[in-house]
Amino acid sequence: MPQIFRRSANTLSKVSIFGLLSLVGGLILLAIVLSRSSYVTRQQIFVEQPLQFSHMHHVTDDGIDCRYCHTSVETSSFAGIPPTKTCMNCHSVLFANAAFLEPVRASFRDNRPLHWVRVHDLPDFVYFNHSIHIKKGVGCETCHGRIDQMPLTYQQNSLLMEWCIDCHKNPAPNLRPRDQVTTMGYRPAKDQAELGPELVKAYNVNPPISCSTCHR
Amino acid sequence: MNDGNITESGALEALRGRLEATRGRQYWRSLESLAETAEFKEFLHREFPHNASEWLDPVGRRGFLKLMGASLALAGVSACTRQPDEEIVPYVRQPEEEVPGKPLFFATAMPMNGAGIGLLVESHEGRPTKVEGNPDHPSSRGATDLFAQASILGLYDPDRSRNITNLGDIRPFSAFATALQDPLRAQEATQGAGIRILTETVASPTLGAQMREFLMRFPQAKWVQWDSTGRHNARAGSQLAFGEYVDAQYAIDKADVILSLDADFLCTGASGVRYSRAFASRRRLEGNQAQLNRLYAVECDPTNTGSRADHRLPLKASEIEAVARAVASRVGVAGAGDAAVPQAAMRWIDPLVRDLQASRGRSLVIAGDGQPAVVHALAHAMNDALGNVGATVTYTQTAEVQPMDQRAALQTLANDMNAGTVSLLVIIGGNPAYSAPVDLKFADAMQKVALRVHVGLYEDETAALCHWHISQAHYLESWSDVRADDGTATIIQPLIAPLYGGKSAHEVMAALSGAGERPGYDLVRAYWSSPGAASGTGRVNASPPPATAATAPAAAGAAAAPAAGGARPAATAAPAAGGARPAAAAAPAAAPAAAAAPATPVSAAAAQFDRQWRQWLHDGVVPNTAFTPKTVAVRANFAAQTAPRAAVQGLEVVFRPDPTVHDGRFTNNAWLQELPKSLTKLTWDNAALISPGTADRLRLISGDVVELKQGGRTLRIAVWLAPGQAPDTLTLHLGYGRTRAGRAGNNTGFNVNALRAFEAQDILQGVELTKTGESYELACTQDHWSLEGRNLVRVATKTQYDADPAFAQKLEEGEGKPLSMYWQPYKYDGYAWGMTIDQNVCTGCNSCVVACVAENNVPVVGKPQVMNGREMHWLRVDRYYTGDIENPDTYHQPMPCQQCENASCEVVCPVAATSHSDEGLNDMVYNRCVGTRYCSNNCPYKVRRFNFLLYQDWDTQSLWPLRNPDVTVRSRGVMEKCTYCVQRISQARIAAKLDDRQIRDGEILTACQAACPTDAIVFGNINDPGSQVAKLKASPRNYTLLNELNNRPRTSYLALVRNPNTALEPAQPATDGEAR
Repeated sequence: MPQIFRRSANTLSKVSIFGLLSLVGGLILLAIVLSRSSYVTRQQIFVEQPLQFSHMHHVTDDGIDCRYCHTSVETSSFAGIPPTKTCMNCHSVLFANAAFLEPVRASFRDNRPLHWVRVHDLPDFVYFNHSIHIKKGVGCETCHGRIDQMPLTYQQNSLLMEWCIDCHKNPAPNLRPRDQVTTMGYRPAKDQAELGPELVKAYNVNPPISCSTCHR
Repeated sequence: MNDGNITESGALEALRGRLEATRGRQYWRSLESLAETAEFKEFLHREFPHNASEWLDPVGRRGFLKLMGASLALAGVSACTRQPDEEIVPYVRQPEEEVPGKPLFFATAMPMNGAGIGLLVESHEGRPTKVEGNPDHPSSRGATDLFAQASILGLYDPDRSRNITNLGDIRPFSAFATALQDPLRAQEATQGAGIRILTETVASPTLGAQMREFLMRFPQAKWVQWDSTGRHNARAGSQLAFGEYVDAQYAIDKADVILSLDADFLCTGASGVRYSRAFASRRRLEGNQAQLNRLYAVECDPTNTGSRADHRLPLKASEIEAVARAVASRVGVAGAGDAAVPQAAMRWIDPLVRDLQASRGRSLVIAGDGQPAVVHALAHAMNDALGNVGATVTYTQTAEVQPMDQRAALQTLANDMNAGTVSLLVIIGGNPAYSAPVDLKFADAMQKVALRVHVGLYEDETAALCHWHISQAHYLESWSDVRADDGTATIIQPLIAPLYGGKSAHEVMAALSGAGERPGYDLVRAYWSSPGAASGTGRVNASPPPATAATAPAAAGAAAAPAAGGARPAATAAPAAGGARPAAAAAPAAAPAAAAAPATPVSAAAAQFDRQWRQWLHDGVVPNTAFTPKTVAVRANFAAQTAPRAAVQGLEVVFRPDPTVHDGRFTNNAWLQELPKSLTKLTWDNAALISPGTADRLRLISGDVVELKQGGRTLRIAVWLAPGQAPDTLTLHLGYGRTRAGRAGNNTGFNVNALRAFEAQDILQGVELTKTGESYELACTQDHWSLEGRNLVRVATKTQYDADPAFAQKLEEGEGKPLSMYWQPYKYDGYAWGMTIDQNVCTGCNSCVVACVAENNVPVVGKPQVMNGREMHWLRVDRYYTGDIENPDTYHQPMPCQQCENASCEVVCPVAATSHSDEGLNDMVYNRCVGTRYCSNNCPYKVRRFNFLLYQDWDTQSLWPLRNPDVTVRSRGVMEKCTYCVQRISQARIAAKLDDRQIRDGEILTACQAACPTDAIVFGNINDPGSQVAKLKASPRNYTLLNELNNRPRTSYLALVRNPNTALEPAQPATDGEAR
């Protein structure tokens, strides 16, 4: 009786079985890698804005504090994007005729708001509150990175849930004195391993990690 | 739901037998559950009705595998979607007090049926999202009724009229103002004899002044007010008893014994919230409660008030006059006569009269709006004879500006139109073409008027018959004012600029007066700055204020002019932290006053007025405008002069405003349409309510379509068996069967106006009923989410309670002590959130359900989905009956998520989408949920809701700004449930942490709690022994549902204590409370 399968069928079957398994595994891996990639998280990706606004210039060159523009960061969930009026406080005098500031002047003149593209965009089912993080001594820099070195703003961190949870479970390494919250390039006065737990105690930092803390 | 109807006639006997056979009390939700019909049992044992959760497509194993394979392969991909780019659009000039991300609260008021209720409206960056009560307003005191809660959806209703049209062509308002000048000038020759203005009942002092001013120019013109559900009988009764129009103000909290003559005073009318609160204050057993009050209710159909009565007597509406006369003559009202008292009431009269007389000066008789004038007059006379006047009842002038005999006025108008003497008809609000008595043939009569103008929120049945239609501004978009039932005036300030350029009644009247396009702000402000407007309580009868003469400060007007992003009313209430009831008095916005001050020097008086005005806007009340009581004398012998109503045999029909859509003004409000009516649990329809006994005699079951015939008019309508309905009486609810209501309201229910004749707007006698043999599917939720028996409702009489205050806890079925598989149960160290619901004060008014819908972005599913048991309400109010089918005791039990400590839902979730928080909440994480529905299956309280389909309307743009930005908008395939308003908890927690303090008791109010007029719902930290909720949980009345399951719910209930008259209901042994 002749063989139904040739010898090579052994190899073929092995290859197809393992090939299929690794394909499935590879697909899963791909999904995991993709969902953590900066393509999805937008980490480190530059976003084109309607206006060439440079945080670097305003913070480093001019030395303006974060809260001059982001006024509600200490009181509200939303840090606040400045109204055109805030820009015009200075730019009615400084660079008053600069061509690239025309959109700002037009906005102020025509009473039409500027449309910025959101850089840090949490999903709609996540509720983040700026004010409480400032209150507990989390620096702007901790999450947003060296804004003072960003000519064009990008998202420094992944904003993945694990990134949030890491800090909520162990906030000590990320805390700084309240008067240093808006400082860029902050260096702790003493060892953070020592300072962190002290601040946890002083500021009564006890971040909740229940689901409803952020999801509701 | 027709799945469980009693399908055989004559089954009633079996039911009665079953009731008699049960030992002790049995509580049931529907006749079907009582009968334990096969259909009901199947309905009960399936989680969802038949065919609602099955795969019915003819797809075999192969098809299934294909689909599953594809789903699995693509499941991972769905997580890889990249979020679309989002924009941030900041203000150009940020308004003062505006903090992005924090809501502001503005005080205003909602006018309805000739009175207003004071509100605080939550505004997120210029868009109103939620209505709360104004704690400073006497008719609200922080709570609202369901209509106020639902009115926010009315603002964003996509079917609202968007244009000013002339014969269908879109025109600007200026064209209207110009077009009317010629006809008006033509009328000047006849002093306006051909002009008629038809409004709803007006309680706006400014509009009243404008009307009077208009009538000074056109003395022969007529102003007609008409509301199809107005208080016509109460007005006529006041004329009959006193010879003048007065409003009775009841001090219900001071009354020990209350007799309601067909009056649903707790849940109907402008005073419902105020009276509910007062009534509840005498029903609490905790604290220093002196004495429970006792309520007797004689009524023809089951009402919320009747459900709270200690003694309830169902009688035909026409027989209630006889009872009123009998009681009146016994308490000493001269000439009341002694009509033949119906058999059923015989044994009632004497104990009732003794009780009333024993409480002289502390009793109260209230007549219902559906009862004829003489019953109202008798009630006034009885209160007089019982010495209640000045104690539990006072009389004041009316909240409406110009009380009149509205019915006669409407009839005269119809006659005038038919006679051709009307050449200009302006209808401001209301929908008479739909709601006017059918025999007036109002729509036909209207067509004989040369020029017809309609001002309304919708292009409705009336608008279709008019030449001009002016889209009206919603009360949340316009400047106006309104008096509350006690006279307190509130300036209505807009929360947002008119979405569709609508005009307010004031602006239309100004245009008619030739003042052109004056903004409502100027008109209202000019009225209130006129001398005498705000001082004292007097109606401005004598001196019409110069509504057009005075000019408001231009700069102030400009400051208040709505900006593009949303109106910025001049004064703000303090933004509240978390869900706390906003303290309106905390931060008077004095600063804008300076900003608005005009450059030109203004007189000190103007500056003074400006400060005052801002204070009024901020507080939501104009101080000292409540009416002072006036002395009125009951006319002698009025009762003898009115002949007692002759008894008519046969069926009787009563017309009532619908419990949810009212007179039809809310027919297109889907929240109210889907809200189960508190006593019938019907949604999306009305039906003729009929008592089970009468239905049995006529061989009818729920859903049968019958034809009602009277005086040549017919109506086909489905019947619904309502336990507690008076025999031989059909209740027909108004407001349904509309044809031009909008996409939600069109063709829902039956238009009962077809039977409502001028002479019989409340009670129609001698009605013939024929069974058509057809049946109609009604969507009823009474058997949905059933908890299947057990001791859910626990009731004792006052005597039993005094003997054993902890009676409710003795009805537990379980071990009595908590079980745990851990040697040490989890300890909640910080906050531990809990809730108590006092069933003894709950009236079942449904405000909480609508408040929950508004706060939590709960979607509407529509009638077919309700019939599938898929309604999404996070909070339902279960209604239980006990006792006689014809007159059962009725109890309401609000059911939110019980937030169990040992939650059955959590352990079965395969993806940990529902898990426990360290403060004891069952968190629900929508983005984790994969929709297995195991949790709902395992929930013993049946409080979880599943999005079978995409119920949220994501496409209709006008609904986007309505949504609460603090709550996720859920999509298809996701389970959801009550969260104890966790967004409000979070906000309060953060606010407390920012201030370095603990959350204060009462700082967090859940949406249901805030809306509750009786404070039945109390929420707080049960770890804090000083908190109100902890104190209530320590009450002996406190019990949890299904305690034997060891779920340890955080929501607990306070048992009911009735206060019956022992002469009518002999004291029963304490064991009676034991069920089955």
